[in-house]
Parts: sequence; structure tokens; C-alpha cells
Amino acid sequence: MILSFDIIILIFLIVAAVIALNVKDLLSSAMIYGIYGFLICLLWAEMGAVDVAFTEATVGAGVSTVLFIATILNTRRRSSD
Amino acid sequence: MSPKIFASIAVVITGIVLLYGISDFPTFGDPRSPANSGVEGGAPSTSLYYINESYGVTKVPNLVTSVLADYRGYDTMFETVVVLAAGMAIFAILRSTTKDDETVAGPARKSSIDGDHNRIIVGMTCRLAVPVVQIFALYVVAHGHYSPGGGFQGGVMLGASFILIALAGNLDDALGRFSEKSYMALASLGIIIYAGFGVVPQVLGKNFLDFGVLQKILLTDGPEMARSHSMLGVEIGVALTVMSIMFAIFANLSSRGTLKGGL
Repeated sequence: MILSFDIIILIFLIVAAVIALNVKDLLSSAMIYGIYGFLICLLWAEMGAVDVAFTEATVGAGVSTVLFIATILNTRRRSSD
Repeated sequence: MSPKIFASIAVVITGIVLLYGISDFPTFGDPRSPANSGVEGGAPSTSLYYINESYGVTKVPNLVTSVLADYRGYDTMFETVVVLAAGMAIFAILRSTTKDDETVAGPARKSSIDGDHNRIIVGMTCRLAVPVVQIFALYVVAHGHYSPGGGFQGGVMLGASFILIALAGNLDDALGRFSEKSYMALASLGIIIYAGFGVVPQVLGKNFLDFGVLQKILLTDGPEMARSHSMLGVEIGVALTVMSIMFAIFANLSSRGTLKGGL
């Protein structure tokens, strides 16, 4: 467990989460959510849970982002609130 | 504006409660925490049991795989059933078989990666990348005993390779390689393989998913290697189901259930 690495990842994690919530364009929001998933994957790999990190990289950062994009492109793209 | 304020207050309160709960946790990697050392004067540690005993009993160096596929075999089997149920739910909600939108297929046909010279770079890159992804996914499935990975991860990567074809070209390209009939059949076949590895020991007079007795069928020396090989079979079943369902969900979502055209 490397503390400075953890702190950097956690700061980026919070920044990515806040941006993903506040961006108006849903496609950008889905992409930033993918970045969020990949940062969590890095955090888990760094903590030694490599199997969980692998699952997060494939499911969380990979396929779920694609599914979000597929859904967004079939609906209206901009959020109304 | 007021719903956002209420939501913010709820988030802050939840955060405070979670932080208060975390303060009781043992520190990260503490060898004297209950999970690592057991209760003082009481039960011995579970994790120590797995670390010391699981290799001798299953001959699988990756503890995560042996715990997931053998010790917690029921859990993994019904997780796979949940994945299948999710795919069936998406199928039941989205899939439409009406033939009123033939126009969708017309213009989308042009963006196929097969034989369209306007998309030769995208088509060629996809054609080169997909076999590499699939071979690596097969490695992840087959090597899950020794390194991180296993059925879920390898299955998702196999599904993602078909999704890549559908994203680079159109959905008909991917469905030409992996049709609706075959992904439905493979999704069920995966569960049948997993459940079959559970039922066969029952026929031989042991408990459900008790892989050790399979040494007579798999012709291994000792029940340990039978457990190891059965775990590989189980992972293959999981990979088949997850691959098929991932692609089925994408195909139905991206085409609004018509399975034509795509994004």
C-alpha cells in the first residue's frame, strides 16, 4: 500500500465523480464514468485485489461504458436538469 | 432546485454515517484483525485455513479461483444464473419482431466492415484486434487457476470482442459471426455445463458440486486434480454464459430490439 499513490488516485476519483455528475452532455458523462471505473480498478490492483481489479476493468470500465453509450445514442443526448 | 438540496443533504448524512462506520474497521492488512487471525480464544481464522489447506486439497495456486469455483460453488453458479436472468429480462423487454422498420437496415448496411472500401482502415484494425482479444480471453479463462482471471473476466472479454465488431461496423457484421440463435443456445449451454458438473457427482452418490468424486470420469490421479480440472470446466461454462449475455444485451440495447443496423 503506497500512500501517495492512493491519495493521487482518490483525488482523481472524486474529481471524476463530480465531473461525471455535473456535465450536461450525457455522452461525456458516460465516458468520465468509464474513467472513474478505471481509477477504481487501479486502486484495487494497488491494494492487492487483482481479481477484483480485473473484473472492474472489463465490466466496469469496458462493457458498462459501451452499454451506456448504446443507450444514450438511442435516447435524447442532453440532460434536462 | 430544492430536490438537489435535499439530495445533497442525504449524501452528506450518508457519508458521515459511512465514515463513522469505517472508524471501527481494523487497519488495512492488519494481521491481528478478526478476518486474518480469528477470534481470540475462539474460532480459528478462515483466511488462514484457505491459505494453508486449499492448495493441498484442490491443487489450484490461485486462492480466489479455488474459493469461488469450489468452496463457494453454489454462489458462483447462481451468480451465473443471475447473469442469464438479466439477459433474458433485457430480451423480454426490448426484443421486438415487428418488420415495420426495414428502412433502418438500408443505410446502415453501407457501414459494414465487410467489403466496404470506405471503411477499410476501421475494418482492418478491427479484424486484426479481435483475434488478439479473443485469444487473450481464452488465456484468461484457461489460466484462471494460476493468475488473476477466470470465467467472468474471460467471458466479458469474449463478449467485448463481438461488441467491438458491432461498434466498428454494424450489428449485422457481428450477428453474422455470432447469431441470435447461437448466443441464446450458448447462454443456456453454459449453465447446463455448470449444473452438469454438479449433478454428475450426485449421480455418483456424493453431494451436489462435490468435484472430488469425478476422478473416475476425468481419469485423474487423486481427487485433488479432479477438483482442479472440474474448476476449469465450470469456468468454461461461466465464460460461455457471460459472453453470450454480454453480447445479447448490447445487441438488443443498441438496435432497440430490432437487431438491425446498430449505432
